[in-house]
Amino acid sequence: MIYLELFWSFVKVGLFSIGGGYAALPLIQNQVVELHPWITLGEFTDLIAIAEMTPGPIAINSATFVGIRIGGVLGGLVGTMGFITPSLIIVSVMAFVYYRYKGLALLQSILASLRPAVIALIAGAGLSILGQVLFADGMTMEAVNWLGGLLFCLAVFLLRKFKLSPILVMVLCGGISLLLGLLGVG
Amino acid sequence: MEGALGRRATLGRLFVSMLKISAFTFGGGFVIVTFMRKKYVDELHWIDEEEMLDLIALAQSCPGAMAINTAILLGWRMAGFWGMLVSVLGTVIPPVAIITAISFVYDAFAANPWVALALKGMQAGVAAVFLDVVCSMGTTLVKGKSRLNYVILGAAFVASFVFDVNVIFIILGAALVGICRTLWQKRKGGAV
Repeated sequence: MIYLELFWSFVKVGLFSIGGGYAALPLIQNQVVELHPWITLGEFTDLIAIAEMTPGPIAINSATFVGIRIGGVLGGLVGTMGFITPSLIIVSVMAFVYYRYKGLALLQSILASLRPAVIALIAGAGLSILGQVLFADGMTMEAVNWLGGLLFCLAVFLLRKFKLSPILVMVLCGGISLLLGLLGVG
Repeated sequence: MEGALGRRATLGRLFVSMLKISAFTFGGGFVIVTFMRKKYVDELHWIDEEEMLDLIALAQSCPGAMAINTAILLGWRMAGFWGMLVSVLGTVIPPVAIITAISFVYDAFAANPWVALALKGMQAGVAAVFLDVVCSMGTTLVKGKSRLNYVILGAAFVASFVFDVNVIFIILGAALVGICRTLWQKRKGGAV
């Protein structure tokens, strides 16, 4: 039952993604690329690019996109519902608890320990995407995509040094790649 | 919160506001939450600054997307259960509709050689955004000055990237460390 599987996968993503949009990405990748052969890593990376350029949380965008690809419009709705179900329950309970007992030490401490783990997970997800950029045609030195590497370095520079918006940087990378292709380079 | 407006009008206002905010805010959760604050604190005066800040902190510490969590909290606060439902629907509908439209043209879109070229370049940008996010988050972590945090970071990285451990176990493990940390502090009465 594909709808049930979809729903359950995104329930898990919703339940365990703590700390904002990027934190959900490794979990989504794990569910839809690694555990289930629903989309490829390349499609997943395209999806992130699309999600960045459209409004809404990345997890919602991913749930809709993956859902539709494997189960039509109904699949998209099921995936999205799966993602928000844990939030609906937990946030409602937390709101109640919060107004009752503000500033729980245990809660603060759990969150403090989750943060470094989340950073590590994001770093790992980023590395696999970088690998995809550099070694799209195979893991040999001859097959290295130098243009991709150069674009990556340029993008990092623009993001860190000039604090350009991620959307602008991505569009710029896409534009340069397209322009060079049109000129017959790369 | 229903006050002068009446229940129907409050729900309607909430739905339309969320729909608009969600449809026109690009970027991460913090962007959309900033827009929500502007709408409900500055414009509509439905909630005061301090409570809004509390709700944002709460939304951030719950699993899920921050925008959705904040919408849930604001909805409950404004108009109870139906408020929550309306608020979440308003937030979710725009991205779902847009991605649905895109996903139907994706195959033709991605098969086009020029689009494929642009997407390929954008992948390099995506990888860079990840590095940027990791660096920013790492800087905050270094300021925290807790050695245990580095251990968690290193262990989580090795577990996920080298040993391919399921992400969910890594998160549960880190949460467990957090629980032990509190118990340890309680016993010692000092900082770790």
